[in-house]
Amino acid sequence: MSGNANGYKWIGTRTIRPDGVDKVTGRAAFGADFSLPGMLVGKILRSPHAHARILSIKTNKAEAFPGVKAVVTSADFPEIPASEAIKGSSPPNYRHLSQNLMAREKVFYDGHAVAAVAATSTAVADEALSLIEVEYEILPHVTDVLEAMKPDAPILHDDLFTGGVDPKPEKPSNVAKRVEFAIGDIDAGFAEADVIVERDYTTEGIHQGYIETHAVVANMGEDGQATIWCSSQGHFMVRQYTAGLLNMNIGDIKVTPAEIGGGFGGKTTVYLEPAALLLSRKSGHSIKMVMTRDEVFRGTGPTSGSAMTIKIGAKKDGKIVAAEADLKFFAGAFPGAPVHLGCMCGFTPYDIENVMAVGYDVVTNRPKAISYRAPGAPIAAFAIESAIDELAGKLGIEPLALREINAARKGTRTAYGPTLGVVGFEETLEAAKNHPHYSEPLGPNQGRGIASGYWFNVGGESSASVSINEDGSVTVTSGAPDVGGSRASLCIMAAEVLGVDIGQVRAVIGDTNATGFNRHTGGSRVTFALGMVVIQATEDCVEQLSTAAAKIWDIDLEAVVWEGGYARPAGDNAGKFEPLSLSDLAAKTPMTGGPISSKKSSNVQGAGPAFGTHICDVEVDRETGQVKILRYTAIQDAGRAIHPGYVEGQMQGGVAQGIGWALNEEYVYGEDGRLQNSGFLDYRMPVASDLPMIDTVIVEVPNPTHPYGVRGVGEIPIIPPMAAVANAIEDAVGLRLSSLPMSPPKVLAALQNGA
Amino acid sequence: MAKNHVTTTINGEPVEFLCETQQTLLDVLRDELQLTGSKEGCASGDCGACSVMVDGRLVCSCLVMGVEAEGSDIETIEGMAEGDQLHPLQQKFLENAALQCGICTPGFLIAAKSLLEKNPDPTETEVRYWLAGNLCRCTGYDKIIRSVLEVAADAKRA
Repeated sequence: MSGNANGYKWIGTRTIRPDGVDKVTGRAAFGADFSLPGMLVGKILRSPHAHARILSIKTNKAEAFPGVKAVVTSADFPEIPASEAIKGSSPPNYRHLSQNLMAREKVFYDGHAVAAVAATSTAVADEALSLIEVEYEILPHVTDVLEAMKPDAPILHDDLFTGGVDPKPEKPSNVAKRVEFAIGDIDAGFAEADVIVERDYTTEGIHQGYIETHAVVANMGEDGQATIWCSSQGHFMVRQYTAGLLNMNIGDIKVTPAEIGGGFGGKTTVYLEPAALLLSRKSGHSIKMVMTRDEVFRGTGPTSGSAMTIKIGAKKDGKIVAAEADLKFFAGAFPGAPVHLGCMCGFTPYDIENVMAVGYDVVTNRPKAISYRAPGAPIAAFAIESAIDELAGKLGIEPLALREINAARKGTRTAYGPTLGVVGFEETLEAAKNHPHYSEPLGPNQGRGIASGYWFNVGGESSASVSINEDGSVTVTSGAPDVGGSRASLCIMAAEVLGVDIGQVRAVIGDTNATGFNRHTGGSRVTFALGMVVIQATEDCVEQLSTAAAKIWDIDLEAVVWEGGYARPAGDNAGKFEPLSLSDLAAKTPMTGGPISSKKSSNVQGAGPAFGTHICDVEVDRETGQVKILRYTAIQDAGRAIHPGYVEGQMQGGVAQGIGWALNEEYVYGEDGRLQNSGFLDYRMPVASDLPMIDTVIVEVPNPTHPYGVRGVGEIPIIPPMAAVANAIEDAVGLRLSSLPMSPPKVLAALQNGA
Repeated sequence: MAKNHVTTTINGEPVEFLCETQQTLLDVLRDELQLTGSKEGCASGDCGACSVMVDGRLVCSCLVMGVEAEGSDIETIEGMAEGDQLHPLQQKFLENAALQCGICTPGFLIAAKSLLEKNPDPTETEVRYWLAGNLCRCTGYDKIIRSVLEVAADAKRA
């Protein structure tokens, strides 16, 4: 399996991932699979109320129960004053994070943690939870974003004043922040327009739905040295956040990453680790905590739901002259909705002179929102890509053609500031137009929808090392968890630079003591950013190998070339010496200056923004309102697909998540503010029989910053599907659905009302 | 509370264990026998990550009590490969990149194997409905379904 039309030996091939065999044989150790002798079971007590003041917590009965070894509450967590909420230059807000992990004066949502116990078994721990007496004063609650913004809404935080407005408000509110991104003159733009569409849209809160629940084993030594084994998208993030929350030195915590069973952004923060360490300190034992599915739904971050208004104006020829978005996202109990990202990404597929995007970050009595794949962008894209489709209908221009007329390209100025470099949006539109799917005939009640999406892609702090082992095998150690095949990509890039067989290279994820700092896995950054440092470290190894060969041959380094896994004499010396393989040189390192290895750390810049365009066919059942996905094609600019199999997999998986978001998934709250569907039976994610095959087209417009052209692929595929489905439904039955999910009851009601 | 003594066969080996009455078969496999290849994603039979075979029937081990396993023949993911010889489904999943995070993979492999034993030549629809009890959040199922169909086709040719 080598040799490749693109001129590379390994880049673009479908190698077997180095961690694969362990994952098909059940040997791979995920978060809950790790155990220590003598460990206790930790469990969390959660609030049954959406909003309540905690009057008292009595733990004495629980503590006295046989088998219970420790109980902790917020009293055991250091209180973080507002003045110390931000440590360093970036999020999180530690004060909010601390309050989210263990409620202090108030509980802010059904599922909010209020206490934790450690006991000798799960049964004892569960019994102990029922013995903790919490006295609540129930407060009025609000779970809807528009309700939360009303002047008479129940206020969650007395100290929350809307940021981003001048002057600073005198009264607290649930609006944490207003953001605005604008270019041109929006009023002048609309004055120029021949056709204007304007519509309101809503989306519901939905969960990332990773199959692995959160799990941790934690041990606090008597000397204050802590060890954590857990599954997360960033073990350096776990270390940093845990240290910040418990006022510990970062160097006193070691975090060993487990295999991660899905994250999609949901595992970019901590939930259990600090409480587990406190229980360990109090009990003198190591602690294992594993969430139930109910806890994952009620206690961990879904993504925001929203209320949005989109207005777009165009000339008769299809040129868009003005675009306005008003995006209100709920953040859950603490600020942090990704509304700014929605504002930034939404209109970026289009070259528009006058843009105004305003966003509001609104707190509500729901679990605190956390990233979900391209945070913010899919929500905005549902509304904006639906509006583009509606505009196309009004103009009498094919939706794909309207996108071509307005497509962003190199030199297009974005509403958030930067001007785009080399991008591949037009190439994705071209590929869509030429795909047989685009012109396949449709039957009655069937329709086809097109939608596009944009994501920045991300670089960031990255550290890796490459070691040439004594036998010529190669170890690539990096510090960003592999959520879906990045070890395979890193192996491919290292093998390409070295010119050796892929079987000689193995990539591992090191613990927090094994590499320098790494930003967490997220934003579609790992193959790009870790790839950059791995390539640099591997190139450094090649230099050292060449130096060793030069020493052996007693010639200048400049007279040695590295080619196809061999050091070869070049220039005047060409042919004078037998080439030396990587293995030959590895065996001789004791004589040539010592071990060969290289470490690189960098804050990688130059991520390549990218676009995707999707084609979706649906059939609407007029009797039940059920929407069936008949055919789906996802087209995306990957820059360069290092391992096409895992690129396709990211695209297919993102589409499936998007289809779930479009058709079924939603957090359902009762009047009492309690979550009513905290299990997989009632929170309906797509299963195999819900979906067709998902066709993919990988477009490759290389990112000029990256040696192989990598952009990043994981985020984009979840951005277009909701609008693609909505646009297909409109094409099928002539109804513009503007509220997610487009579940059978809603579609049926729309069919019956004709609107 | 006295523990229950249970005698079973697991992956062809006689296995005895002690379990509490409220422990599920999944709890026993993972916590008592350290067979952690079967995963708990929901504990309610909705995700299939804990799929095992009990006396030739595909079950969610989170819905079977440990004591119910008395006298039964259990197959788990740990018994799927023969020595270092992967089962054709395991091999095909690797070749086709039919896993990303891998947490659902053991359940899918067990379920797919049981399908092919019952129905060696399934249609795509039959594969999709048989595997509808197994949730995967990473792959969109495409490469999983293709892998199962390809293994069936390979077996037919052989």
